[in-house]
Amino acid sequence: MSEGNVILNAAAIQRALMRVAHEIAECDVASTEVVLVGIPRGGVPLAQRLSTILTGIWGHAVPTGSVDVGMHRDDLNHRAAPNILPTVIPFDINAKTVVLVDDVLFSGRTVRAAMDSLNDFGRPERIQLAVLIDRGHRELPIRADFVGKNVPTAITEKIRVRLGEPGGEDEVVLEKK
Amino acid sequence: MSWNRKHLLDIESLSAEEIVTVLDTARAFKAVGERAIKKVPALRGKTVVNLFVEPSTRTRTSFELAAIRLSADVINFNTEASSFKKGETLKDTARNLEALNADIFIVRHSSAGAPHFLARVLKASVVNAGDGAHEHPTQALLDAFTIRERKGKISGLNVTILGDILYSRVARSDIWALTKLGAKVTLCGPPTLVPRVFEQMGCRVTHNFEEAIADADIINLLRIQHERQRKTMFPGLAEYTSLFGLNRERLARTKPDALIMHPGPINRGVEIDTETADGERSVILEQVTNGLAVRMAVLFLVNGGQGPQEVTVA
Repeated sequence: MSEGNVILNAAAIQRALMRVAHEIAECDVASTEVVLVGIPRGGVPLAQRLSTILTGIWGHAVPTGSVDVGMHRDDLNHRAAPNILPTVIPFDINAKTVVLVDDVLFSGRTVRAAMDSLNDFGRPERIQLAVLIDRGHRELPIRADFVGKNVPTAITEKIRVRLGEPGGEDEVVLEKK
Repeated sequence: MSWNRKHLLDIESLSAEEIVTVLDTARAFKAVGERAIKKVPALRGKTVVNLFVEPSTRTRTSFELAAIRLSADVINFNTEASSFKKGETLKDTARNLEALNADIFIVRHSSAGAPHFLARVLKASVVNAGDGAHEHPTQALLDAFTIRERKGKISGLNVTILGDILYSRVARSDIWALTKLGAKVTLCGPPTLVPRVFEQMGCRVTHNFEEAIADADIINLLRIQHERQRKTMFPGLAEYTSLFGLNRERLARTKPDALIMHPGPINRGVEIDTETADGERSVILEQVTNGLAVRMAVLFLVNGGQGPQEVTVA
C-alpha cells in the first residue's frame, strides 16, 4: 500500500543496487580491504544486499556491520531522545576502505554523525558513501560516491524507502505534501 | 520512542512502555562500555550535579561515570564539607547550584519526596537516586535489565524479594517495575519487616522462607536497613540469619537456574553467605555493570525530555 508516486519498484531497486555494487568493485580494486557499514535502519538491509552482490563479484565474503548515529546527532538538544539501534562492527576498520551505506541522502547530518561515531572504532584509510537515493537539500558539505538514483525533491516532500518488510513489496515512494 | 519526561522521580508513575524504552536504550549503552573508546558526545557540555545527602558507593560512582561517558561535566556535591553544615536548606543549595547553569540534578536524600520537591522548584532535570524508604528508580531499572538480559523476559517470571521490605526503597521500586512488566512478585522476611499490607501492591506475602524460594526464578536479597529502623524489628542478626539467610543448603533447594541478586552493599554472613555471594548463580556484580548502562540511558533520555533548548545571544 502506498500513497504518492512509486519512483522505484522492486526490480528497479535491485538493478540500481547491482550497478552500485559494480561501481564499488570498479573503484575499490583492493577488494579485501573493503568493509560495508550500514546506517540503521534503512542502510542496514541495503548494506546486506550490497554485501551479497559484492561477494558474488569478488569471490570472497565482505565484512558488513552497522553504525547507529543516535548518540552523535547534532540535534539532541532540540528534540526528544532518539531510539538507539544496534551498532555492530565486529571487525577492525583501521586502514580499511569503509563504505557507509544509507537509503536516502538528504541534509547530510546523519552521515556526519555516522563518521563521528566510526571515528571511535579506528582510523579507516578512507570512507566512501553509497546511497540508494540522493534527494538534494544538503546542509553540510557532504556528497555520495555511489548513488542508486538522483531524485530532485521539494523540501516539503518525503521519500519513503520500504525494503524487506513482511508482506510488502520493496519500493521507493515520493510523497508530496 | 515513548520517553518525553524531563525528570525520573519514581517508577510508580511510569508506564510499562516507558520502562521498556529505558531497558532498550540501556542495552545500547552497555555496548558502549565494552568498546575501547567508552565515550559518546551525547551530553557534551551539559553539567550534571550529584546531590547526595545520604552516603552511597555504587549509585553515586555509577551516575558520575555515566555522566562522564556521555561527555558531560560532573559536580559531586559532598554535604559533609558544604554549607549544609551552616544550616543552608536543600532548596537553597540546589538553587545556588542551578545558578551555575547545572542541567541535571541527581538527588539522594533521607526524606521521601525530596526529588519531587526539587523538580517543582528547579528548572533543571531531576533524577531520583533514592529518597528515604520511598523509591530508588534506577536500581529497579537495572534489576529489570539484569533479569531481562539473563532470562530473556520478565513477564511470567517468579521473583522473590527477601529481607527488610518495610524500610526498603529498592523493594518498593522493584515491586512497581516488576508488576508493571508482568512478573509474579513474592515478598518474604520476618513478619515485622514484611507486613501483609504489601499485598495491596499486587504481591504475594509469605513469612515461610522455604515456600518463598521454592519456585523462584529470581531471588533478590535485601540488606537490613539499620539506619532507617526506628525500633528493633527482630531479636538479633544471628536469629535473622538462621531463619532468613541464604546459604548453600537453602540454595540447593531452589530451582537450578534461579539467579541470586542483591542491590548492595552486601553483609556477608547475614542475608547471604560468602559462598553464595561469590558463586556462579550470583549476578550481583553484573547488576553493577548494568547499573552504569541504565544510568547512561536515563541521563540520555531525560536530557531529551527537556525539550528544545535554544541558546539566545543578547
